Amino acid sequence: MKRSLTTRSRIRGCAIGVAIMLWGLSFASAAPPKNSCISCHSQLPGQYGQPAKLFSADVHQQAGLSCADCHGGDRNDDSMNAMSPAKGFRGAPAKAQVPAFCGRCHSNPSYMRKFNPSLRTDQVSEYLTSVHGKRLKQGDTKVAVCVDCHSVHDIRAPSDTRAPVYPTHVAETCARCHADANYMKGYKIPTNQYALYKKSVHAADLAGGDTSAPTCTTCHGNHGATPPGVNSVASVCGTCHVMNQQLFEKSPHGAAFAKMGLPGCVQCHSNHEIVKPEDSWVGTDPKAVCVTCHVEGDNGYKTAQAIAGGIDKLKATYHKADDVLNKAEQSGMEVSSARVELTSAHSDLIKARVAVHSFNAADVLKITNQGVATSRQAQAAGIAALHERDYRRKGLAISLIAIVIALSGLYLKIRKMEQS
Amino acid sequence: MAGIKRRTLNWIDERLGGGGSIEEFLRHKKVPLHRHTAWYYFGGIALFLFVVQVLTGILLLMYYRPTASGAFESVQFIVTQVKFGWLIRSIHSWSANLMILIVFIHMFSVYFMKAYRKPRELTWVSGMVLFFIVLAFGFSGYLLPWNTLAFFATKVGTDMAGFVPFIGPWIRVFLRGGNEVTGATLTRFFGFHVAVLPGLATLLLALHLLLVQRLGMSVPPGVEKRIKEGKERERSMPFFPNFLLRDIMGWYGALGVLGALAAIFPWELGTKANPFASAPAGIHPEWYFLFMFQTLKYLPSKVFFIDGELLGLMLFGLAGALWVIVPFLDYKAGFGRTTRFFTGLGIFALGYIIVLSGLALF
Amino acid sequence: MKGDTNSEKCPVGAGEEKPDPGRRWVNLLLGTGVVATIASFVYPAIRYVIPPPVSEASNLSVVAAKIGELKNNAAKVFKFGSEPAILIHTVGGQYRAFTAVCTHLGCTVQYRSDLHEIWCPCHNGIYNLQGRNVSGPPPRPLAQYQVHIQGEDVVVVRNA
Repeated sequence: MKRSLTTRSRIRGCAIGVAIMLWGLSFASAAPPKNSCISCHSQLPGQYGQPAKLFSADVHQQAGLSCADCHGGDRNDDSMNAMSPAKGFRGAPAKAQVPAFCGRCHSNPSYMRKFNPSLRTDQVSEYLTSVHGKRLKQGDTKVAVCVDCHSVHDIRAPSDTRAPVYPTHVAETCARCHADANYMKGYKIPTNQYALYKKSVHAADLAGGDTSAPTCTTCHGNHGATPPGVNSVASVCGTCHVMNQQLFEKSPHGAAFAKMGLPGCVQCHSNHEIVKPEDSWVGTDPKAVCVTCHVEGDNGYKTAQAIAGGIDKLKATYHKADDVLNKAEQSGMEVSSARVELTSAHSDLIKARVAVHSFNAADVLKITNQGVATSRQAQAAGIAALHERDYRRKGLAISLIAIVIALSGLYLKIRKMEQS
Repeated sequence: MAGIKRRTLNWIDERLGGGGSIEEFLRHKKVPLHRHTAWYYFGGIALFLFVVQVLTGILLLMYYRPTASGAFESVQFIVTQVKFGWLIRSIHSWSANLMILIVFIHMFSVYFMKAYRKPRELTWVSGMVLFFIVLAFGFSGYLLPWNTLAFFATKVGTDMAGFVPFIGPWIRVFLRGGNEVTGATLTRFFGFHVAVLPGLATLLLALHLLLVQRLGMSVPPGVEKRIKEGKERERSMPFFPNFLLRDIMGWYGALGVLGALAAIFPWELGTKANPFASAPAGIHPEWYFLFMFQTLKYLPSKVFFIDGELLGLMLFGLAGALWVIVPFLDYKAGFGRTTRFFTGLGIFALGYIIVLSGLALF
Repeated sequence: MKGDTNSEKCPVGAGEEKPDPGRRWVNLLLGTGVVATIASFVYPAIRYVIPPPVSEASNLSVVAAKIGELKNNAAKVFKFGSEPAILIHTVGGQYRAFTAVCTHLGCTVQYRSDLHEIWCPCHNGIYNLQGRNVSGPPPRPLAQYQVHIQGEDVVVVRNA
C-alpha cells in the first residue's frame, strides 16, 4: 500500500534526524582517539601493565601523543598485529639507544616547534659531551640516560613540582646513583657529595623555597653534566657570586691558585659542603683557613692578621654601639637617628666580608675603618641620650629646692602659729 | 586681710544655703592628739596621690593611644618627644605604686586602731571597696604601655580570674574582651582605667569623705580607755589650719619623693609586646599582688579533690570577704572591749603579706 | 612635731595684731615656697600640653621630601622611624617608596638611574620598581610603603 506524501516525508525526516543524532552521539562517547595499546596493556599484570597505568600523568599524553609515537606500531589495531615491524614497531630501546630514541623528536626543531617552540633541542648533543654520554659510547651501561633522570611513561615537565628534575628534587635524583656506594664501585669518585650538599647553605636555601638556589645541575650542567675544571671553578661560582669572583681574580690568589692548580673558591669554601662562612675563617688562629698555607712572617700571614683585625674591631665597636642604643631605647630615650646611622656601619661589616676576597688589607681596612667611625658616632649619640636621662636629676634639684623652701616655710608657720 | 577672707566665706556661704556652715566647719573640726596621731595623715596623702594620678592621667590622655598598634609607640612618643613627657609618665607610674603602698598603710593603721568600730562600719566598708578599686586601677593601668612585662603579667593575672568556680571562664572572657589577651583587652582595660574606675572611685570617695567629716576622727580604744580612767588628758588640735598645714607638709614631702623617684629611677619603656612570642622567664605580677602569686606557687596542684589554684583563690576570696566585714565580726570593739584576737589576726595578715612578698622577690 | 594646742585656751589667729617681724619672714618664706612649687608644676604641665613639632609618632608616617626636591629618575634614602627607607621618583613621574633594608643581609639599598632598578651594593642584589627581588641573593621582595601627596609634601605611610 503506498503511503501518503505527508507520511513519507515524515518518515524521511525522522530517519535523517536519527542519523544526525547517532552521528552526534558518536562524538560524545568517542572523545579520546583510539589507543589500542593502552586498552590492552592496562589490563596486563606487572611490568606489562605499568606503563599504561602511568601514562595518564605523562606530559606527552597531554600533548596528544600515544605509545605508538615513540614505540611505533598501530594504535588503532586491536590485534597483536599492532606491534609488528611492518607497522613500524620499534619496541623498548636498549639502554645505549635511549638518547637517540628520545632524540628522534627532541633533537628535531621543526617537529618540536609544533608543540613548544621555546623548548631547546640540543639536549642529546649536550649529553654526548657529558661524562655520562662519553662513557655510554664506550659501552658503560651503568651511566644515566634520559629516562634515569626524567623517568619514563610518567614524564613530567621540569617545571612540574612532582618531576624528578624539579629543582628541589634534582639532588635526590642524582644521588640515586651517585650516593650508592655499591653501584659506584669501580668508578674512582666519592659518593658522599649528596650527604655533604645537604649540609650546605645552598640546600637550605632550596628547601626554603628559593628555586634559584644552586643544586647539582647548576654547577655541573644538566645534560652536559661534567664537573667544572679546576680553573673554571671561580667562574662557575661567579655566575651568582659576581663580586666575590671579580675581587678574587684580581687578587694575588687569583693568579697564584691558577698557577698551582688549586680549585679557586673550593680551596677555602669546599665544593659540596658549602656552609655559611664564619669570620673566624679569616686570620691567623690555628682554626683559620689562611694558615693552612701561610706561615708566620710571610706576606699572606700579615695580610690575614690585618684583615681579621679590621673585621673584629668593626664587629666589636658595632656591638658596643648597638648595646648602648638598646639601653637608651628601653629606658625611653629617643635615639632613632643614631639607629639609622648605625645601619650603615652594619652595611660596612657586610661589605668588608665581601672585600676579604680581594686579599688586600688596605681595601678591607678602608671599609672597616669607615664602619668603626660610624659606630663610634652612634655610640656617642646613645651615651649622650643616657646622660640626658641622668641630667634630668639636675633639673629635679631646682624643684626640690622649691619644695624644701615650702616645707620649711610650713614648718615655721605652724610653730609660730602654735606658740601664741 | 581677715576681712576679705570673712567676706569671701560669707559670699559662698549665702549661696550654699546659708547658716554659716562653712565657717563653723572650719572652726570646729578637731583632730584628736595622742601618740598615734601620725597615722591620721595617711588618708590625706592617699587622697593627694589620687589627685596627682588624675591630673597626670589627664595629661597622658592627650597623647596616649589605646590600640595594640599604637599604645607602645604613643608612650614612646610621650617619653621621647613631648616636653616633660618623661616626667609626667614617670610620676604617674611611681605615684600609682606609692598610692597603693599608702592605702595599704592607711588600711592597716585604721585596722589596728580599730577605727572601724561602731559607728564607723560604713566608712570601713566604703574604704575597702575603694581599696579594691585602687588595686583594679593598678592592674588595668599596668597593661596600658603594652610592653612585654605588662602583657604577660596581664595574661597570668586574667588566667587566675578564670579559676573562680562556675563564673570564672566568663569573668576571664569579660576581662580580656575575648579568649586571649589582645588589642581588645587593651581597649577594654583603658575604658575601665579612665572611665569606669574613676567614676566609681569618685562616688565612693565622696561617700567615704562625707562619712569621715560627719563622724569625726576616731580615737583608738586604748587611748579612749586611758582618758576615761584619767591617766591621759584629752587633747586635740583644730583641723584648720593646724592639721591641714601639717597635712600639706606631708603632701609636699610625697611630691618631693615622687619627683626624686621620677628623675633618679625613671620608669622604663621596655620592649613592645609580642603576643606570639613566648613569655620571658620569671614573669610575675606587680609587687602588690606578689604575696598572692607566691602563695599559689606553694600550693600543691591538687589538695584532696580541689584544684590548688582554685583553693588558693577561694581562700583569698574568703579572707578578703572577712576583712571587709570585720567591723561586724569585731562588734565587741564597738563597746570598747578590745579582743586580742582581731589584733592578732591583723598582725598575722600583715606579716603574711610582707613575708610572702619578700619570698617572691628574693 | 605635734603642736600641743588646747583650742579652748588660745584660738588661732584671733584678732592678733602684734607687729611681729618674724611672722613676716615666715609668711614670705612660705609664700615663696608655695609659689615656686606651683610654678615648677605648672610650667612643665603647660610645656607638655603644647604639641611637639612632630605631632605624631614618626614610625608610621613621615614627610620624606618636598615636591620638586627630586627630579625624575632620582631617589632619596630617608629615615623612617629607626630604619632607612627609599623614595623613588620614577622616569614616568610616579613616586614609589620601599624599605631600604635589603632582605638578604640588611644592607641599605640604592636606586640605579642607569638600570631603573633598585640595587644593593653588598652582593649585587637587584629589585625591580615593584620591589620584587629579580636578581642576586635577596630572597624576598622589599616591603612597599604608600605614598601620598599632601600639598607640597610627599608623605610616606607604613601600615602598623
